[in-house]
Amino acid sequence: MEIVKQKVLALNGDEAVAYAVKQSDVDVVSAYPITPQTIIVERFSEYVANGEVDTEFICVESEHSALSACLTASAMGARVFTATASAGLALMHEILYVTSGCRAPVVMAVVNRALSAPINIHCDHSDSMVERDCSWIQLYAENSQEVYDSIIQAFRIAENPEISLPVMVGLDGFSLSHTLENVQVLPDDVVRKFVGTRQFPFIKGHEGKMVPFKLDPENPLSMGPLDLYDYYFEHKRQQEEAMQKAPKVIQQVHEEYAQMSGRHYGNGLIERYNLEDAEIAAVCLGSTAGTVKTVVDELRAEGVKAGLLRIRTFRPLPVEEIIKALENVKAVAVMDRSLSFGGYGGAVFHEIRHILYDAHIHPYVVNYIYGLGGRDTPRNLIHKIYQDLQEILQTRRVEKPVKFIGLRE
Amino acid sequence: MASEYEFTAKDIVEKPEILMSGHRACAGCGPATALRLVLKAVRGPTILTHATGCMEVVSTIYPYTAWKIPWIHTAFENVAANASGIEAALKVLRRKGRIKDEHVDVIAFAGDGGTFDIGIQDLSGAVERGHDFMYVLYDNEAYMNTGIQRSGGTPHGAATTTSPAGSVIPGKPEYKKPISDIMVAHGMPYVATASPYYWKDLITKARKGIEVDGPAFLHVIAPCPRGWRYDTSKTIEISRLVVENCIFPLWEAIDGEYQLSEPSEAIALKPETKKPVQEYLRMQGRFRHLFTPKFEKVIDEIQWITDKRWQRLLKKCGIN
Ligand SMILES: Cc1ncc(C[n+]2csc(CCOP(=O)(O)OP(=O)(O)O)c2C)c(N)n1
Ligand code: SF4
Ligand SMILES: [Mg+2]
Repeated sequence: MEIVKQKVLALNGDEAVAYAVKQSDVDVVSAYPITPQTIIVERFSEYVANGEVDTEFICVESEHSALSACLTASAMGARVFTATASAGLALMHEILYVTSGCRAPVVMAVVNRALSAPINIHCDHSDSMVERDCSWIQLYAENSQEVYDSIIQAFRIAENPEISLPVMVGLDGFSLSHTLENVQVLPDDVVRKFVGTRQFPFIKGHEGKMVPFKLDPENPLSMGPLDLYDYYFEHKRQQEEAMQKAPKVIQQVHEEYAQMSGRHYGNGLIERYNLEDAEIAAVCLGSTAGTVKTVVDELRAEGVKAGLLRIRTFRPLPVEEIIKALENVKAVAVMDRSLSFGGYGGAVFHEIRHILYDAHIHPYVVNYIYGLGGRDTPRNLIHKIYQDLQEILQTRRVEKPVKFIGLRE
Repeated sequence: MASEYEFTAKDIVEKPEILMSGHRACAGCGPATALRLVLKAVRGPTILTHATGCMEVVSTIYPYTAWKIPWIHTAFENVAANASGIEAALKVLRRKGRIKDEHVDVIAFAGDGGTFDIGIQDLSGAVERGHDFMYVLYDNEAYMNTGIQRSGGTPHGAATTTSPAGSVIPGKPEYKKPISDIMVAHGMPYVATASPYYWKDLITKARKGIEVDGPAFLHVIAPCPRGWRYDTSKTIEISRLVVENCIFPLWEAIDGEYQLSEPSEAIALKPETKKPVQEYLRMQGRFRHLFTPKFEKVIDEIQWITDKRWQRLLKKCGIN
């Protein structure tokens, strides 16, 4: 396939989301404003007001209702989108599980923001990390270009009948949501063709015949029934099986999209940056990867064998890919922009360290909690992390496996 | 706003059931009867959505369902938001030619807990936005599904498991929230109250609620033998008494204009036929503790609030 000719627009991350949604033939959008997500809702309202989209926009009275309306609209067979952040995502918590449990392929942008209290509008990953177990696919974008591309891809992933799970695309509050960037956008017709029309899994209906899984007067179904110890467990396993099928679909969709856009984000699951011969490596997700890449370049120029593993797909966790990527690294620093209070390090650290336990390779794995509440993470901090890793390799000792970085001591 | 449709007993028998037999509601369940009657008013393709509660729980258990038509339950406090999503999807999918170009009605069911309390925010929002759906509140005056706890819809003096009749506090101290008046105050086109005893009135109102453009709210009193503590054979009798003593008068508000329905209008015209509350209270175990010298005065309080609200209603209906 040939790479499609594209326009360059100056968009911030939120606008990139709204633009992608506008192009994706979305039927219903239901959302509630919260900083730093508001621009998404505002831009989309303008598209509706100007007749640029054929979408029902339900301007609801809360995030709980936003997702509740998205869920049933999706159950009706509509393509559905919502967006939120922080407290809004926390308010949706109950319905996040109901949405995935009803196998509704809702797509949501999460503009990552700290959770209260104290109230803080800036970026960290506490809001979406705490929702990592709710059976939503989670993609984290590094820049606004990737935000735009990922939203479009998300519809194809979620609506794949083999998957039928909701997808959240995380973008860092302010550093992405409010920062202008040159974003290449595909022509409308190309996006529309790529997303296609919504597909449905077929299931056995009331009268015993196979019917599309949606609410349809011609093929009545009951959705969301009481489901106790005799079937609930199997249904949860089915959800997990769909999750396990997702990496292949995410990669396929990412590759197909790359063929026409010319843009790759690793293999769609993880991105390796100078990892081939790396001795020390950082692991992170989101916009911080941009800063880390600069630091890796600087270290490489000095002859230090530094690398980066960026996790793009955090749920489902690409276990094999991560093992392969870190197989020959000697010391790994996992960066967490959220805190698991009372636990041993952050959420990403938990995963990476325990994956490597199985891999029969035991590099040093340490954890840095950074950037909470929007605290800046400049290059010198990242340099400090790589220095620590070098020191660990020299001394063969880890003083403190879990550290906070970039704050007053 | 007159509905063309005139219901007869024959219709009731001949119209196919939508809530099928075999569900697990208790014998004498008022809500089950209420829902069955409401569903007799369905005029064509319809999607149902249901809040968590007794009726949702008794009507499905995987892999079984009592519902003949499309039905979705998602949670307790969000059924009006669910209805909003369904209605919005219907509009856009029809516009885009992705579903048949015919009208599909949307009905939401919820109990008093899902309506007076935890679900009032999304109900208020959905009505304010003007979605075209009918919200049916089946009011059994407590959280029955979780074991008879008090709600904003539980009447004054009633014993529930969280407002028990103690030696100091005689059941629920607060008065029932006037939910239907709150809905009228939203400026919605159709609000009505109904009781299963007056089945024809109930079905006609359900039909009007379905037919009206925009949101409709139907408040059905639905006695529950388990929670109200009476014999399962008395549900319909209690449904009659609660109207006759004006604790639960029947009325409609069309575009905010209140109008008494026939059974209550007859009482308004002949005030001497209005029954005192005693007989109704005496039939139910949840009020048993009031019939003791210590708490007798609560019966007077119930009579007082009943009369006060009835007078207020008469005024709204232009009857003095
Ligand atoms: C968010 C949430 N809180 C509490 C519950 C527990 N719960 C389930 S049904 C119910 C009460 C339902 O009462 P009502 O709406 O009056 O319906 P009924 O059971 O009386 O028919 C409660 C408290 C729940 N399911 N979800
Ligand atoms: S507890 Fe009451 S409302 Fe619930 S099924 Fe039994 S009779 Fe019906
Ligand atoms: Mg109840």
